[in-house]
This record gives sequence, C-alpha cells and structure tokens, in this order.
Amino acid sequence: MDILSSLMGGFATALTPMNLLYALIGVILGTAVGVLPGIGPAMTVALLLPVTYVLEPTSAFIMFAGIYYGGMYGGSTTSILLNTPGESSSVVTAIEGNKMAKAGRAAQALATAAIGSFVAGTIGTTLLVVVTPIVVEFAVSLGSPSYFAIMMLALLAVTAVLGASRLRGCASLGLGLAIGLVGIDSVTGQRRLTFGQPLLADGLDIVVVAVAIFAVGEALWVAAHLRRTPLQIIPVGRPWMGKQDWKRSWKPWLRGTAFGFPFGALPAGGAEIPTFLSYVTEKRLSKHPEEFGKGAIEGVAGPEAANNAAAAGTLTPMLALGLPTNATAAVMLAAFTQFGIQPGPFLFANEGPLVWALIASLFIGNTLLLLVNLPLAPVWAKLLRLPRPYLYAGILFFATLGAYSVNLQAFDLMVLLVLGGLGFLMRRYGLPVLPLILGLILGPRVEGQLRKTLQLSAGDVSGLWSEPIAIIVYIIIALILLWPLLAKVLRRVRPRTAAPVAFAEAASAPAARDSVAAQGSVTAQGTSTTANGAPAAGTAADQESPATGTRHAADATPANHGQEKS
Amino acid sequence: MTSLSSRLKGRSELGIAALLGAAGALVLIDAARLVTPYSQSDPVGPKTVPIIVGALLLVSAVMLAVNVLRGGHGEAEAGEDVDLTHPSDWKTVLPLAGAFIANILLIDWAGWVISGTVLFWGSVWALGSRHYVRDGLISLALSLLTFYGFYLGLGIALPAGLLEGIL
Repeated sequence: MDILSSLMGGFATALTPMNLLYALIGVILGTAVGVLPGIGPAMTVALLLPVTYVLEPTSAFIMFAGIYYGGMYGGSTTSILLNTPGESSSVVTAIEGNKMAKAGRAAQALATAAIGSFVAGTIGTTLLVVVTPIVVEFAVSLGSPSYFAIMMLALLAVTAVLGASRLRGCASLGLGLAIGLVGIDSVTGQRRLTFGQPLLADGLDIVVVAVAIFAVGEALWVAAHLRRTPLQIIPVGRPWMGKQDWKRSWKPWLRGTAFGFPFGALPAGGAEIPTFLSYVTEKRLSKHPEEFGKGAIEGVAGPEAANNAAAAGTLTPMLALGLPTNATAAVMLAAFTQFGIQPGPFLFANEGPLVWALIASLFIGNTLLLLVNLPLAPVWAKLLRLPRPYLYAGILFFATLGAYSVNLQAFDLMVLLVLGGLGFLMRRYGLPVLPLILGLILGPRVEGQLRKTLQLSAGDVSGLWSEPIAIIVYIIIALILLWPLLAKVLRRVRPRTAAPVAFAEAASAPAARDSVAAQGSVTAQGTSTTANGAPAAGTAADQESPATGTRHAADATPANHGQEKS
Repeated sequence: MTSLSSRLKGRSELGIAALLGAAGALVLIDAARLVTPYSQSDPVGPKTVPIIVGALLLVSAVMLAVNVLRGGHGEAEAGEDVDLTHPSDWKTVLPLAGAFIANILLIDWAGWVISGTVLFWGSVWALGSRHYVRDGLISLALSLLTFYGFYLGLGIALPAGLLEGIL
C-alpha cells in the first residue's frame, strides 16, 4: 500500500495544470521530432535536453516522460509510412506495417500501433511500479563489487550481444571509455587527457557528446548519401480500426508486452530481440499466416507493443540501479546527473516525490499520446514531406543551439564538430553508436566502483568477487564470452540443436538485420540457460522451430557465427 | 608495390584502425605521465583504467586491421533518407562542415542571430536548396525566433554580438 500512496502522491504532483501542460508539450514535441526521418528517440531526447534545463527538476522529468514515449511512437509512424526504419527497434514494425499501408490500410496500421503502444506502455509502466521497488530493495544490499560486476555485464552485453560485429562494438566501447576519461580524476585530482586545455578539465559534457554523435553525425552522414529521388509517402487519414482488427490485435498486444518488458529490464536488453520474437510468435499463432509478408495486422500489433513495453522495462534498471541499457535511457541518465540527481537504489529514498511524479507522468504521457496522436496522425504524415534540405539543416541548427546553450562557449561547438565527424565515420564503417554512449556514461562509474572495491579490500584483488551476486554475474559474463565456442562444440556434437535452428529461423525471417537478430536470440537463449539452470536453449529453439517455415538457408548461415562480420 | 596498392584499394577502413591505434596510444602516453603515489586509500590509482582503455583500443585497432585485410568490412548504416547506392558526396558534406565552422567562428563575435542565419542558410544551400531569398528569410526568422525564445522563454541569453543594442 506504501507504493500505492506514493504513486497517488506522484499523480497529485503530475496532474497540476502546469505540469499537465509540460507533459502535453513533451508528448507533442517528442512525437513531432520523433516522426521526422533520421531522428530516433535517443536523438529526440538529446536535442530537447537543453530546453528542460531551465525548468525545475520535477517539471523537467514530467516533460521527459512525454518526450520518451512520444519519440518512440513517432519512430513507428515513420517506419509504417516510409518503410525505411531509422532505428533498429522499428525494423520489425516496418515489415508488415508498410505492407499494410501500401495495401491501403495505413489507418489501421497506425491505429493498432498507437493503441498497442498505449496498452503495452500502461501495462509496462504498471510492471515498472511493481518491480522497481523490489529491485531497489535487492539493490540496496549490493556493494561495490556487485555493482562493478553488473556494470561490466551491461557494457559487455551492448558490445558483444547487440550489433552485428563484436570487434566493432569493442572499438566503439573503447572510444566511449576514452572520452569518458577526459577531465580531472575524482580521487587524486590529476588531469587526464586534457592536454593542458583548461576547458577540458571538467570533462566533456555528455549532452554535447550525445548531440554530436547522434545529431551532427547523422546529419553529416545523411548529407553524404542524401536520397535525391523523393520517397513514396503514403497518405493517411484518421487512424481507426474495425471490429475484426480489434479481434486480431488484442492478443498480440498482450503477448508483445510479455516479450518486451523482461527484455527491456535486462542489462543486455534492448528492443530488437523482443520485437523479433514477437513477430515470429505472431506469425506462428496467427489464423491468417498467409497474410504475413503482405500486411498482417498482428505483425504490427505485437512488435509495436513489444517495443513500447521494452521502453518501459528499460526504466527499471535505469531508476533502480542507475544502469541504462539503451541509448535513450543513457541520455536520460545524463539528464538526471545534470540535475544533480544520482539514479540508483537510493533514488527512491532521496528523491521519492520526483521519481513518483516521473512514473505518474509516464501513465499520463501514455494516455495523452493516444488522445493526441489519433487525431493528429495526418499532420504527422505531412511532417514526413518536409523538404530534406530544411530537415537536415534544421537538425544541425538545433544541435548547435542545444550544445551551445549548455555552457555558452564556442569551444563546445568545436567538440561538437570533431565528435560529429567521429559519428559520421562510425556510421560509414559500421561501428555501433550505443557502446560508445554507454562507455562514456558508465566508464567513470565503473572506475569509481572498481576503486571503491579495492579500497575496501585494501588492494586485495579477491575483493572483486567477495559478494555472491558478483560471482553469479561473472559466471554469466563468462558464459556470454564463451558462447560462440560452446555453440560450435554443441553443433559438432549434435548438429541439429539450438544454434542452427535459431539461425534457420533468422534466415527465414524477412528482417533486414537477420544476423543481428540471430546473434541476439542465440545469446538470449544462452543467458536464459544460466538463469534456469536447465538447457533452455534447446527447448526454446524447439518451440520456435515450427514458425520457421522455410529452413533452406540454414546451412549457409551458421558458418558466420562467431566470426567477425556476420 | 602494385600488389600492396591493390591490397590497400577499397580498404579505407584501415584508416579507422589507424584512428583507434592513435587514440589508444594517446591514452597510454597520457596515462604514463600521471604520478601514482601508492596509498592505502586508493590502491587502483588514476593510471590503471586509462591503461586498460588504451590497451583495449590498441587491441581493437590491430584486430580491426587484420579483419579488414582479410576481407571484412563494416556495414554502412542505412536510414530513411540514406541512399547507399552512390558514394559519399563530398560536395555536400564539405560545404556543410564549412557552414558549421563559420558558425563557430562567428558566434561569439557576430552573435547568434547572424551566425545562426549563416549556419542555416549555408546548410540548406549545401544540401541542395536553391531558393536563395526564401531560404534567407527562413534562416533569419529561425535565428531571431530562437534568440528571443531562449531569452524570454528559457532565460538563456545567447550572444547578441554585433547587433547588441538593436536586439
């Protein structure tokens, strides 16, 4: 009941007319910016960060809640109407969503996405309310060794599990960690990587780095490869659904939510794996499997719900452990620190009213999203027609403005340009962006925990595994690292087991990022093995195998596994 | 020589490996400069993590170089407005960067309204719009709007520069 009364208190704060207005502004800004092609939710939050600095923290976070869900929803609108998703979590939505739109059912696709997002967001946020205090209770008992281990796991997970190439993920992580080192060492006061430049002593502002990598890098990259032929944009009226559509949508919404939330909450989470799993499941369970690939509504409803539930799930480790698992959460964490608020197990004790207001606004923002977006969908569709020169010039303009307004110094703009160039190169050569951002944000904190741990053990290395949780996490890390090897051995012993089936599944799925999803699902099964203590990998794959349909490509793909560019 | 150049052709990704290597070396050199008085309260010291990070970068650099030479390559990022069928269009990127640099040079001296106008107008031009007058008006309007919006709405005073007293 304690939680309930806290939540009610949160609603009381969030429902004042002024804060409600901030939530509404957040939802509209978030959707409008998120709809624009080339702008994902992380960039949306990064670009809008400076706007919130002048607000008091509570109002700022209420606005954030709106921006967060708005940005997510905006991305799915783009992928349904344009079919070239800008972010990996919308890839699956685009498969069926765009087919539906082309078949003249854009209104229904948008409606099932919007209502599915609402359902998943509401259930996800409710789960967040229930789960987070439990995680906090557990997290309070954790010491530095466990935190160090968990953060290492998170870094490893985004580097090695998500993304197509481990090596390139590793390189990106190294760059992020190096950028995170810049500034005065907090323990000894020595300057690291400042090159005698006093402006670097405080370190690089995370907002500036995030805006550089996301916004400037993206604008430069798109400029280099700007599509000169206009894209086919499907006109759309007000979204609506018929009785049949409702009937076919509600179960996928719930199943998608069930996939999304847990994955979002894991340190190795992300929305790619659950959206992909949801798609495969819906394809198998559907009464109209023949419609898949031609615009099946289940294929939009499930993955969209999974996407949004994962977004809610992501907030659990973010709030309870201070551990961001995707780029958007990482940028939000940066916002927290900017306000002098330290996310982690003591957040609820120290900043209770603020956190509960944030959570209440997630519910409110989610509802506003539905109310605003159903009637405004045609307007958002018009935004897609914005002439590209204005769009990308605008991104550069507002990126500059945002980065400059943080400290009002031209030096930050040089940093913006240099790191924007880095962001360009990373896109050109396939280095994933997420490990860099997480390395930048988690790096200094990992170092802090490492030093605290060895301080407590008086320099004895065994202090690193002095807590049971730390040991468990290290075992998981070892399994993730050894998984490619393990899979290879397993395949040799029993050629028809987990890995090949999972690969066959991925190969038959029409997703553009087959190899990514496959790698992800294999490793996901790997972690579930460790969690259950049973060989879940085999059974999970067996359960899914009927969905694969075609297995012809199975023999070609496994060869890639564990090698560099798969 | 010819075999070397043919092996290097289309391997511009080696530049990334070089960049990583340089970054790693930089981190290590900087770390070597730090002094670590051994103390009971900080057995790890300020050097350890930079050394690990530098080593990680160097190892990545070497492995990436090997990977590229063996035929691996990173996949360029796709997107809504990205057309990967044509090569990088430097005629767009360089003027765009130029507009950006112009803004950096102008912002403190000439003020945001002027530098922002230059930035937006230059970017739009670089990206292929040729409606000079309309673009100019839009640029000016955007700069003025953000200047007053930030000042009145957010309380952030962007530099007025040359126009100080007029704005």
